[in-house]
Amino acid sequence: MTTETPDISDIKIDSVGDFRFPEDHKYNSGFGITEKTVDYISDVKNDADWVREFRKHGLKTFLEKPMPTHWATKDLENIHFDQFRYYLSDGQKPKRSWDDVPEDVKRTFDRLGIPEQERKFLAGVEAQYDSEAAYSNVKKVVEEQGVIFLNSSEALQKHPEIFRKWFGKVIPTGDNKFSALNSAVFSGGSFIYIPPGVKVKHPLQAYFRINSEQFGQFERTLIIADEGAEVMYMEGCTAPKFETATLHSAVVELVALKGAKIQYVTVQNWSSNVFNLVTKRGLAMEDAEVRWIDCNIGSRLTMKYPGVIMKGKRARGEVISIALANTGQHQDTGAKMVHAADETTSNIISKSISIGKGRATYRGLVHIPKHLKGCKNNTECDALLINSSSRTDTYPAINVRGNQHATQHEASVSQVSAEQIFYMQQRGLSQAEAMSLSVNGFINDLVREFPMEYSVELKRLIDLEMEGSVG
Amino acid sequence: MSVSAPIAEPKVDASLPPQFMLHSNRLNGAPAWFHQRSAAAWEEFQSLPLPGNRDEHWRYSSAKKLALESFQIVTEPSEADKQEALARSKGLNENAAKLVFVNDHLVIDDNTRLPPGVICLPFDEALRTQGDVLEQYLMKRKAELGSEKFAALHLAHVRAGAVILVPKNVVIEHPIEVFHWVTGENAVIFPHTLIVTGDHAQVTVVDHHGSLRDESCASIAVADLVAGAGSRITYVSAQEMSLSSRALNISSTTVGRDASVKALQLHLGAAFSRNETVSDLIGEGARSEMLGVSLPFGDQCVDMRTLQNHIAPRTFSDLLYKNALYDKSKTVFAGLIQVEQGAHYTDAYQKCRNLLNSDEAEAASMPGLEINADQVKCSHGATCAPISADELFYLKARGISDHESRKLIATGFIEDVIAKLDNEDIIAELDRRIESKFAQMS
Repeated sequence: MTTETPDISDIKIDSVGDFRFPEDHKYNSGFGITEKTVDYISDVKNDADWVREFRKHGLKTFLEKPMPTHWATKDLENIHFDQFRYYLSDGQKPKRSWDDVPEDVKRTFDRLGIPEQERKFLAGVEAQYDSEAAYSNVKKVVEEQGVIFLNSSEALQKHPEIFRKWFGKVIPTGDNKFSALNSAVFSGGSFIYIPPGVKVKHPLQAYFRINSEQFGQFERTLIIADEGAEVMYMEGCTAPKFETATLHSAVVELVALKGAKIQYVTVQNWSSNVFNLVTKRGLAMEDAEVRWIDCNIGSRLTMKYPGVIMKGKRARGEVISIALANTGQHQDTGAKMVHAADETTSNIISKSISIGKGRATYRGLVHIPKHLKGCKNNTECDALLINSSSRTDTYPAINVRGNQHATQHEASVSQVSAEQIFYMQQRGLSQAEAMSLSVNGFINDLVREFPMEYSVELKRLIDLEMEGSVG
Repeated sequence: MSVSAPIAEPKVDASLPPQFMLHSNRLNGAPAWFHQRSAAAWEEFQSLPLPGNRDEHWRYSSAKKLALESFQIVTEPSEADKQEALARSKGLNENAAKLVFVNDHLVIDDNTRLPPGVICLPFDEALRTQGDVLEQYLMKRKAELGSEKFAALHLAHVRAGAVILVPKNVVIEHPIEVFHWVTGENAVIFPHTLIVTGDHAQVTVVDHHGSLRDESCASIAVADLVAGAGSRITYVSAQEMSLSSRALNISSTTVGRDASVKALQLHLGAAFSRNETVSDLIGEGARSEMLGVSLPFGDQCVDMRTLQNHIAPRTFSDLLYKNALYDKSKTVFAGLIQVEQGAHYTDAYQKCRNLLNSDEAEAASMPGLEINADQVKCSHGATCAPISADELFYLKARGISDHESRKLIATGFIEDVIAKLDNEDIIAELDRRIESKFAQMS
């Protein structure tokens, strides 16, 4: 823990969400990744033998797997794995009370515009500072309901009987190079178990930040909703700006057992030098529902395709995605829907906005295999281009077998209409305000899907991004 | 990280027998540049690897289906084959010219009704007499949708097909018809079509590729359309190869200022049929309509790759592909609308619809968009669905049998595309072929 309070002059502020505090870390695993790095992390974390084995298998797979070169952006070649630090921690046990949280961490959160008081109303706050949860306070009500809400290492130590069964099962280590990397070096993240029939009223929340130069963050999240349980989980990130590229590669696994519902909300606002390569997938059993509500505003390159495997009858999957790509950014987002049982339905709605030289890409997969009945998919992707150098791409793949299903895919690309802008300017709005209003209108129906506090934050973030893009 | 290099293939391609070696004397009197390009293409064919299953252009499909291990160069057709081909090349009621080929050999060349100035020649003759024009246009648009290797093979072996050059302001009222027939077990033909229109000229061309008998054969065809300013080209390619055959159509269209091209690909035959269609819109006000119809049954597989490439501003393209699938058949559609930098005010549309009529049919759709310009209106859509229960009920309630109702609905579904051709004679001809395909199925 930091003993001396940093001088206010040490804090660099360029713009909102673009600032950092001096670093003070007790543990760090050095640069690059080898078996030693993995052993080191396992030692620090006090991993059980099977977890250590899991990490080693992850490392082996990571080293063997090729980069996704045949379809992905060439920017991936700019990732130099030996230039990252793979583990960093304050070496502190997660805090139980707000007062114990270091002052500079609190101030970082203040800059994000989330007052302490407001957070006390949220059901549980897992504010993650670097790779460990620096603050955790699961409200009593939730604990009394039997909900388990821990970080990954704690959860695997205290409740292996619950988490081991599903850990690495929805997204196997070998799924892709980055899921393998995460399996080797994961730290932090949230492991949540909701007992049968429990409906968590308040959304569970965690804030992730990266605050050390050249430091990759590898959270691991696993949420299990037992039969008939319901939960909404929110993940938000903003990161200070660094001079060199930062790697973020999370793995998020959701398991919705019979009749359960999981909603996973993300607002991603990493600084524009972060590679954000995330694997997210949910498993929906009979009558269960998994919804991904995903908003990508920050990062240099995001590659994220939340997926749902509908394994039980009448399961439902949904992805609602908003992406905003400004100059220097590539938002390569999308969705994967794998129908693996009868009468399963899925819905994908994606809206992207490209500003300046930004590039937004939708990449999707809908798979309906043979001998299933009554599966339905609806996909809509709309793209908005703000400037003449903005770019947008759509690459869906829909594979349907059999005649008892219905799928439809639609995509459109458009501009903010000059007439609309003229209309608003006539009524005294500046061009920038009019543009902002139009853009917010374009995504308004999706923003409504976010919880209140997020939709407010989202609107502010979009206004910020739109600043200076017109005129 | 390093990009994994494609696996090097042995120098002599294992997928072709030795008699495929280039026989450079196949076209006496062809200009030197042609022999050079032909030889270079043969080199290229041998050096390019067969696309692997990780190649995006072959996703959900496989280039192995086009591997030609057991295939051989066609032999000269017998007199009986020629007569049979002629008898089966009935075609339209009225045409401006008709060329019939069997096994890449010319059978008839009936071009007496053409307006003065129009050149419509068999490929070999065009090479001799129009060498300069051909040098300018012959396969100048590189194949880029996955079949680069097969395009090279085509250039190395091409000797038959039609070269149609329409001078400025000439309007040809009736369509030009070209028939390509193939016979002989494992025979491969390489039909070529080149259409170049001068400013404000108009022409319609109907290509037909078919097998004379129920033999396993192949057709590796290339069609290049170049539309000059303000001109109009309508092009139809109808593929009716035998059900054990393979067919590849590589087609590219270049549309100049205010020109308009409408091209339809009809896939009825072949076990595996693939078309790669590119439209380059290079002049302001250019329009391209890309149409496609397939009706696969049994184990047929139809693989369609398209590119709408908007290079100039204020251009328009509209793609409509419809597939009605039966039995264990499969369709793959991968289409891309690409709007390049500076191609502002582009209007581009793309729609692929699949009607699934059996529980074992499979449709894969990959509609794509890449937009790099401003003030663009683009949309694409892809659907897969069975026949609507309401539509079926409506017809059955009027006393039409289940089988007949389904056929009616499927025909209506497809007819929508065919009707866009606005030429009653061609529409009637294509309808007749579709009708006989339905008859084959039941």
